[in-house]
Amino acid sequence: MKLLTHNMLTSHVKGVTKGYPLLIKATEVKVNDVEFNPQFVSRMIPKLEWSALIQAAEELGHRQDLPEELLPEYEKNEEFLKRVHRVLLEVEVIEGCLKCPESGREFPISRGIPNMLLNEDEV
Amino acid sequence: MATSNSRSCLQYLFHLAQDNLDFRLAEIKALLALRGKPFLPCENFKEKSPFWCLDGLAEDDVHGIMTRSVCAKSAFELWGHGRTHSELRASLLNYPSENMRVFMQKDSTYRINVYTFNKTVEFGDRIKKIDAMEYLPFEGTVNLKSPQHIFCLLEDYGTDPNNIPEHPDNIFFGRWIADGQRELIRSHSVKNRHFIGNTSMDAGLSFIMANHAKVKENDLVFDPFVGTGSLLVACSHFGAYVCGTDIDYNTIHGKGRSSRKNQKWRGPDENIRANLRQYGTEKMYLDVMVSDASKPVWREAALFDAIITDPPYGIRESTRRTGSHRDITKPAESIYVESHVPVSQAYHLSDIFSDLLNFSAHHLVMGGRLVYWLPVYRPEYCDEMVPLHPCLRLISNCEQTLSSHTSRRLITMEKIKEPEELEILAHLADPRFSPYQGHNAFREKYFSGLNKRSCKEDNTSNVNK
Repeated sequence: MKLLTHNMLTSHVKGVTKGYPLLIKATEVKVNDVEFNPQFVSRMIPKLEWSALIQAAEELGHRQDLPEELLPEYEKNEEFLKRVHRVLLEVEVIEGCLKCPESGREFPISRGIPNMLLNEDEV
Repeated sequence: MATSNSRSCLQYLFHLAQDNLDFRLAEIKALLALRGKPFLPCENFKEKSPFWCLDGLAEDDVHGIMTRSVCAKSAFELWGHGRTHSELRASLLNYPSENMRVFMQKDSTYRINVYTFNKTVEFGDRIKKIDAMEYLPFEGTVNLKSPQHIFCLLEDYGTDPNNIPEHPDNIFFGRWIADGQRELIRSHSVKNRHFIGNTSMDAGLSFIMANHAKVKENDLVFDPFVGTGSLLVACSHFGAYVCGTDIDYNTIHGKGRSSRKNQKWRGPDENIRANLRQYGTEKMYLDVMVSDASKPVWREAALFDAIITDPPYGIRESTRRTGSHRDITKPAESIYVESHVPVSQAYHLSDIFSDLLNFSAHHLVMGGRLVYWLPVYRPEYCDEMVPLHPCLRLISNCEQTLSSHTSRRLITMEKIKEPEELEILAHLADPRFSPYQGHNAFREKYFSGLNKRSCKEDNTSNVNK
């Protein structure tokens, strides 16, 4: 699971009102090289919940010195975009789980793939 | 000035493949819309003809369309046309000669092709047809192998193979500009794909779907019923970043029985990511997840540029969603076990479509498109059955016939408005959904006209699932 995906995911356990962001408990994290595409990163930044991204990157130890607040005019700052690219697309959680911040429900991640299915009593 | 003026009002001739007829217009219109161009057919436009003349385009637009289209074979700058060779000659002599000369200069090389549709013309007769074009001011040298310019004489003998006329109905002459992407149908064939399933979408249709969805470079595309990822393969080819979900754990993880004839189990690296790697687009892969499309896991935001999917109709793959059976009261012992498979229940077709439209209204960007297949029992079909949503405008509805009484329709919708709270439930009372409400009733009808043999096949394949 990449952190771009994580940034878009929320807990959908029945009754939960504040299920975002999901906490990450990782036992295996991998960094894969992905071709840098500044246009795509620039397009994604306005869609991101920035603080959730920073928190997730921090949890995984891959914050890349990214600031608490989004930089102005980031489109022109290639160095910054490269660091965001690394966090969004190159850092991957291979094994671990996602934890709902409210209910504590954990969603397992195995071989890089989150399992978001709920049980019979949770829907 | 005169040159630039006359060049800007050129007409272009598109030669279309005569398969997937119903999908062609929507594809070309979507590709034009992607370039902000209107669809302006010249007079006597016939949708079912293999030849379309379009107005209002520049050569760049034509190149742009041909880098995407799987319905169009080739495109030409149209120099002249007529119903007879003498009409063609008059039309060509009327074409601004300064527009021709640029491509006919002394030091240039060229070739003339003859293409006849619905009739085979012998080599000798082709040469005669080329020789008859001598009234055009060709000054360059013929080079059959690698000419700078290719011209083409196209003759249209109608579309009825049992009634081929002596003389063509229409004749066109023009300068070849580009070929379309028919090659993708072969290069991306499911036959040679690393990871496939029983219902993997055909390569040609996958690319058509991506085109109908106006998928473009740097888009974010989502498939909520991703299966083996055929649609993600097509979208990533056009430069979109892709993600998907499926309720089937084994499919997402690439485990379980193989869909190949000579292979019992799936290999260790049979998964969607490997499919993208096979075609050189792994860099466009975001993620796939095990998830239930009826219980979306995405935060409330307009995240996706396109949602493109082939929902399960319960015909070749079963429809399922997670839920509880009444007799189950106790949750499984260890609820966080990764491989725990929750009880799934039937997912009614009407719910699949209303969930899908609602989800799209919430999660598409403004102007983003939803493209999906709707199964149809033909004797009872009418356009009013197509599900609607106040935030989504119907763009196209194209039929693929499957049998005398069944077909599926490729529905394309575009988001025109942000949803308001009241609208979320408003359409549920829509009578349009009624044909799909009793899922099993629809299935029964769908199979009612099938002969015994295929019914048997269906029964045995259901046993395996």
